[in-house]
Amino acid sequence: MNIKRIFALVLSIILAASLCGCGYTYADITYEGNYENSLKGTVLNVYNWGEYISDGSDDSIDVNKEFEKLTGIKVNYTTFESNETMYSQLKSGGVSYDIIIPSDYMIERLISEDMLKKFSPNELSNFKYIDSAYKGLFYDKDDCYTVTYNVGMVGVIYNKKLIKKPKHSWTALWDKKYKNMSLNFSNPRDGFMTAQMILGQDLNTTNKADWDKALELLKSGKSVLQSYVMDEIYGKMETGEAAIGPYYAGDYLTMYENNNDLDFFYPEEGTNIFVDAICIPKCVKNFEAAKLYINFLLEPEIALANAEYIGYASPNTAVVNNEDYYYYQNKILYPDEKDMPKVQYYHDIPSDIRSYYEGLWVDLKLY
Amino acid sequence: MKKALSRLYVGLILFFLYAPVAVMIFFSLNSGNSVWVFESFSLDWYAGLIFDDSLLTALEHTLIIALLSAVISTVLGTAAAVGILALKKKITKRIVTSVTNIPMMNADIVTGVSLMLLFVFVGKILGLDESLGFLTVLIAHITFNLPYVILSVMPRLTQTDSSLHEAALDLGCTPIKAFFKAILPAISTSIFTGFIMAFTLSLDDFVISYFTCGHYQTLPIVIYNMTKKTVTPDVYALSTIVFISVFVLLMLYNMLQNKNVKKRRHRDEY
Repeated sequence: MNIKRIFALVLSIILAASLCGCGYTYADITYEGNYENSLKGTVLNVYNWGEYISDGSDDSIDVNKEFEKLTGIKVNYTTFESNETMYSQLKSGGVSYDIIIPSDYMIERLISEDMLKKFSPNELSNFKYIDSAYKGLFYDKDDCYTVTYNVGMVGVIYNKKLIKKPKHSWTALWDKKYKNMSLNFSNPRDGFMTAQMILGQDLNTTNKADWDKALELLKSGKSVLQSYVMDEIYGKMETGEAAIGPYYAGDYLTMYENNNDLDFFYPEEGTNIFVDAICIPKCVKNFEAAKLYINFLLEPEIALANAEYIGYASPNTAVVNNEDYYYYQNKILYPDEKDMPKVQYYHDIPSDIRSYYEGLWVDLKLY
Repeated sequence: MKKALSRLYVGLILFFLYAPVAVMIFFSLNSGNSVWVFESFSLDWYAGLIFDDSLLTALEHTLIIALLSAVISTVLGTAAAVGILALKKKITKRIVTSVTNIPMMNADIVTGVSLMLLFVFVGKILGLDESLGFLTVLIAHITFNLPYVILSVMPRLTQTDSSLHEAALDLGCTPIKAFFKAILPAISTSIFTGFIMAFTLSLDDFVISYFTCGHYQTLPIVIYNMTKKTVTPDVYALSTIVFISVFVLLMLYNMLQNKNVKKRRHRDEY
């Protein structure tokens, strides 16, 4: 049977290429922490956002491989695309993780449901690098559960060729001049935020009337809107198919590299700030290795590689003060104090209010 | 005129079927990461794939699951088809056939969620602290592949002359030997069709794997998880490789089938 042979050949070539995993040359890194080899042979399950770690592409450092080489611990790295997916996986009880990296409001929920394990980050030798602004945040006031990994803010991206000097306000997304050229978030929390900011509301309001008002405002903007997007915004802004839309500051920098006509502002009404932080869930099986991994992620060179790969702001002072850092003193990621927008964090919202605004969001989409 | 119109129609259908793939292949050869400006021709994204461990591991998982689940479900499905046909009562035959077909109609998400619940439930009873993983995706894939294999083997098996089996028995075969020597060669093409179908279905599956995979994430899941930021062109490169391999495989398969048909006709003529 000829065909079976060819079939087997094709598959084995693909398989061999994937199995060898060759090609990566290890970087020459000096580490500050102490990584003894006693946990060699154990497995560490890491659960992180997709595209959220330096992976060795474009001569960068492959963070997980370096950790494996250094400690002999096998990193089993998997990804998620939303906090909610991460939460439901963890809650299902079918899988266990040693490290998870969710966002602020989700951490608040996980702590309130007693799903995180305390581990005293202060004892990690590299914890000193974390900027004090990102220690003791609202969900973890005493630094018992988390180490900040990433910081980001939402702003407005626009195309200079299509829009001349827009008003630095969220209302620009509602401006009739940009009819069918403006975008908005397709996820409820961020989408509502754009309207809530105009209305001057608390982003974490539990008053249903506030959410109703925000809904009315969003409905009125629908005649101007082109579409609700998430990562589709990359293509739409880069090609000029859309002229203005809100997204995360770090992603603007990536889009800018493909289209230099793009510009960015933080709206004067203020905006949302988010952090993603490293935590250890209660179901942890390799606790010591997990702590080792967190300390490793805080290493100046490792944190630098991650900050450059992800393109969001880093909470690590060793990165921020490094003159070789690609985004060193970048005004978008690290605005001066006078340009710093008013920011609000998302908090965990009680489930009845959450389902209320999620219902409104469906109304909006159908409107 | 009529011919020209029908050609145009077929052309349009082919265009809409393959244009997206063509665009993807085109931009996988782009040196930049834009989906708009074609900077210059390069194979960088293909070369870069060797470094992308997460994608390659995911591909490895996908291929292992697809192959294993296709093989196992082909064996089980063929056995099931033989068994169903051998049922004496017509009514039981009909009931069993319908029951095996139900999973096909079922929405993937229902299958996915219910399988996950079952796995976690059984895992808890067995006292495992981690029930989802390689084995559960494999079982899930076999489950949804099975009806397709049965569906493809059953008709051919019904068509085979029942005297074939009897003749083999008369000539001194044991029942098992008769099956392997006489029946199996007669239905081998439909078994292979079932296998290919199971393989591609498993390669494609997102929803059911999503709920049952645990740490064993397959390629579609890893690509989906990139959408918080954005899908990078090395995914286009990888998809191109997968598309071309599947395409070549199917072409070979069709050519082989044609040859077989010709041979059979040839034989019939004499």
